[in-house]
Amino acid sequence: MQVRAEHISKRYASMAALDDVSLTVGSGELVALLGPSGSGKTTLLRTIAGLELPDTGTVFYNDRDTSQMRIQDRGVGFVFQHYALFKHMKVMDNIAFGLRARKKNKLSEAEIRRRVMELLDLVQLSGLEGRFPSQLSGGQRQRVALARALAIEPSVLLLDEPFGALDARVRKDLRRWLREIHERTGHTTLFVTHDQEEALELADRVVVMSKGRIEQSATPDEIYDAPATPFVFSFIGESSVIPVAVGNGRATLDERLIDLDVGTLPDGPAQLYLRPEDVAMVTDGGPGIPGLVVSTRRIGGMRRVTIACGLAQHRIEFDAPAEISITNSQRLQVRVIGGRVYGAGSEGYETEKLAASATSDFKWAKAEGWLDR
Amino acid sequence: MRAAAQDGTRRTSWRRRSVLPGFSLTMGYTLAYLSLIVLIPLAALAIRSASLGWTEFWAIATDPRIVASLQLSFGAAILAAVVNTVFGVIVAWVLVRYRFPGRRWLDAAVDLPFALPTAVAGIALATLYAPNGPFGAFLEGVFGLKVGFTSLGVVLALIFVGMPFVVRTVQPVLEEIDRETEEVSATLGAGRLRTVTRVIMPGLLPAILTGFALSFARGVGEYGSVIFIANNLPFQSEIAPLLIVIKLEEHNYAGATAIATIMLVISFAMLFVINLLQAWSRKWFGHD
Amino acid sequence: MTEARANTVKNNKPRQAIGEGPRTRFALIAVALVFLALMLIAPLVVVFFEAFSRGLGVYIDALAMPDTMSALQLTLLVAAIAVPANLVFGVAASWAIAKFDFKGKSFLLTLIDLPFAVSPVVSGLVFVLLFGANSVLGPWLADMGIQVLFAVPGIVIATIFITFPFVARELIPLMQQQGSSEEEAAVSLGAGGWRTFFLVTLPNVKWGLLYGVLLCNARAMGEFGAVSVVSGHIRGQTNTLPLHIEILYNDNKAAAAFAVASLLAMLALLTLAVKTMLEARFAGSLAAQRRH
Repeated sequence: MQVRAEHISKRYASMAALDDVSLTVGSGELVALLGPSGSGKTTLLRTIAGLELPDTGTVFYNDRDTSQMRIQDRGVGFVFQHYALFKHMKVMDNIAFGLRARKKNKLSEAEIRRRVMELLDLVQLSGLEGRFPSQLSGGQRQRVALARALAIEPSVLLLDEPFGALDARVRKDLRRWLREIHERTGHTTLFVTHDQEEALELADRVVVMSKGRIEQSATPDEIYDAPATPFVFSFIGESSVIPVAVGNGRATLDERLIDLDVGTLPDGPAQLYLRPEDVAMVTDGGPGIPGLVVSTRRIGGMRRVTIACGLAQHRIEFDAPAEISITNSQRLQVRVIGGRVYGAGSEGYETEKLAASATSDFKWAKAEGWLDR
Repeated sequence: MRAAAQDGTRRTSWRRRSVLPGFSLTMGYTLAYLSLIVLIPLAALAIRSASLGWTEFWAIATDPRIVASLQLSFGAAILAAVVNTVFGVIVAWVLVRYRFPGRRWLDAAVDLPFALPTAVAGIALATLYAPNGPFGAFLEGVFGLKVGFTSLGVVLALIFVGMPFVVRTVQPVLEEIDRETEEVSATLGAGRLRTVTRVIMPGLLPAILTGFALSFARGVGEYGSVIFIANNLPFQSEIAPLLIVIKLEEHNYAGATAIATIMLVISFAMLFVINLLQAWSRKWFGHD
Repeated sequence: MTEARANTVKNNKPRQAIGEGPRTRFALIAVALVFLALMLIAPLVVVFFEAFSRGLGVYIDALAMPDTMSALQLTLLVAAIAVPANLVFGVAASWAIAKFDFKGKSFLLTLIDLPFAVSPVVSGLVFVLLFGANSVLGPWLADMGIQVLFAVPGIVIATIFITFPFVARELIPLMQQQGSSEEEAAVSLGAGGWRTFFLVTLPNVKWGLLYGVLLCNARAMGEFGAVSVVSGHIRGQTNTLPLHIEILYNDNKAAAAFAVASLLAMLALLTLAVKTMLEARFAGSLAAQRRH
């Protein structure tokens, strides 16, 4: 079933939780709503479910306007972060709840039992139907919650930070398992998370949200390789940011301490975003951006180095092979081999991806002079 | 919550040592106070009761007038507790779930029977339900119900006295209820009635039962609010506590003691049941 | 797209996402309001209505009566002794119970809850048995010139018995909820027991303490059943305000009885008002242990 939200806005007191948000989830898609707390992702999910009523805007299920639909009639399978299992009912009764609440097409008790057992099999909890929620682990409870939602054969499955309350290990296992279930059952699924790793790993499409707006809606690869806004860039993966000035197709900092070719970006202030892999240490004696090492730490087989650059001592992070010894207060040079510059366009951002060779010619004398200041 | 159980503490025979001072002082004072005020007086009752001898005790216990008074006290208390439970749950629900003008005042008013002296309540209720009182006249005129000076009056007085117990026991539980379970229930297709009866009420049941028990326990022993509205006719509207007072005035200490012991035994049983209920509720519906 | 937006803007009464329909809500609120009005508010109104029913003159006369004055004095005296005594007890008991671990704690708690489970008349009876003419202590104390029953000491003791749980019951859950970590920090910094209590514990529990004292006081001043049994109803001497009210009422002086009753009713309203104020400001710490 296709789900479409159009121009949803919702305010709480003085704060806009959602600001003119529109989103389409295709039938059978697995979409992640990703963002920090306060971004509006949970509000959007609940609005689509019908648990919240928007101030303006409409939600469509397969082109049907849901504004007047009762929650009970929507066929939405909802899974909460803290499971929301019925504590006083056994697992069996929890899962059967939706089937027993049906008014039309009521099933016989035997048929209901059969379905519940099937679902328990699907979520790999067979044999636990007689237990109470308090006798289950967190991961098991969440699987029961999912089975309960699946039992009503929902047209759309909505999950609100489903793994947020679980340990890291359990989280990883359940992530993989959710993907498998999705492949098996093919439900249109929308889930909310603040964990970018989870979103990028699981979803067909990721919708990054911030402050009640959608920053970008794209595939995980596109989100990572072509972030549309500075927020998306900084939210996904690690990044350093340096303010630069764009003039005549070049982005510069501090009298050409940094000097990069940025093509057609409009003149004016802009921001240079760099991931650690976009910066490389100069080892061949060639020109580069000078910096002073501020801190280092080991990450796996590499050494993550933080340097301070420029008059304002902007921080840049990059990785160097662990064999190279790098200490604090050491002076070294780096080269920009990737990253993006975001300039203010007439409507939102215009961005230019930097090519590997877009480095600057730099005069050594000037560099030394700055470092000695 | 517990005193820090560091590696340095050793478990003495009956308590865990703690770094905080003052245990012996406060515990000693507490025990002394309790002994003086509670244990010794109760011991006096027990001793006097025991000295009655079983046959005399049984004779008193089965005296028809006494039996009638016990029936009235316990019967009226149960009836009042039932009414209080039904309306108390509704009041608690309305106070917790809904917003309307004057809600805060109403919430405060619920404690009125708890703060108002029983004698004041007693004369007010008596005047209210007297045959020529505003409610009394109305009820008699419209429904033919005589309230003042009857056992029905006793029930009404006990409703007044026991009402806060149900509300105050149910309210905090209602406030703590996880709204998400209600939302889930709706998404699974359950109508509002089913959600309320199958999902919310079972969680409230322990609190409701506790409130019922507390209201009942209070009603059984109530004296001041009842003696004005009941005309205290033996076998008709005489409550057990009043009978104790009468026996005392007749210097019939044996009789008074016997009735008091019976009431005490039943009160202890109620306390015990309440504790069991609370333990049971913690077991089945305990929060995770 | 504009049609979709227009559709929702047109709905000026949005349906509630989860909850009872508006009609059910209205009905439930009406039932609750009517029940409370009839059962609670009406008696309160009656007190003041009847008090002033014969005019202000009768009202003032009733209050100025010498018997009323002595009843008021006695009531205040009893409260002035019982409340502080129970305050100290409540504090000591909660310190012992909340900050330490020991066997028999639940038995102690049950003991503290005792007066709530026992009829006030039975409470009074118990002291009659203890101090009466047929008991051991009664004649022994009388020989020393101390009269307990049918005199002020008996009333004080009975009142202490009835009201001693109030402060403890407010403080114990509060202190249990707060834990001992702050006190432990204070002790590790070198503070002694008293300093720790006054500077660390007391400020944390002050509102619960105040509320407990208020309830204790309201009950101490209003206690009827137990006091009735031990006092002997000697006019002008061993009558507290509630007993005085009973006498006036039985003497057919209803307006006077209600006039005196209105004093106690006002005290009750004051107690409730302060409680509401406290709760509005410190909703978290007080609401956590609402057990009556």
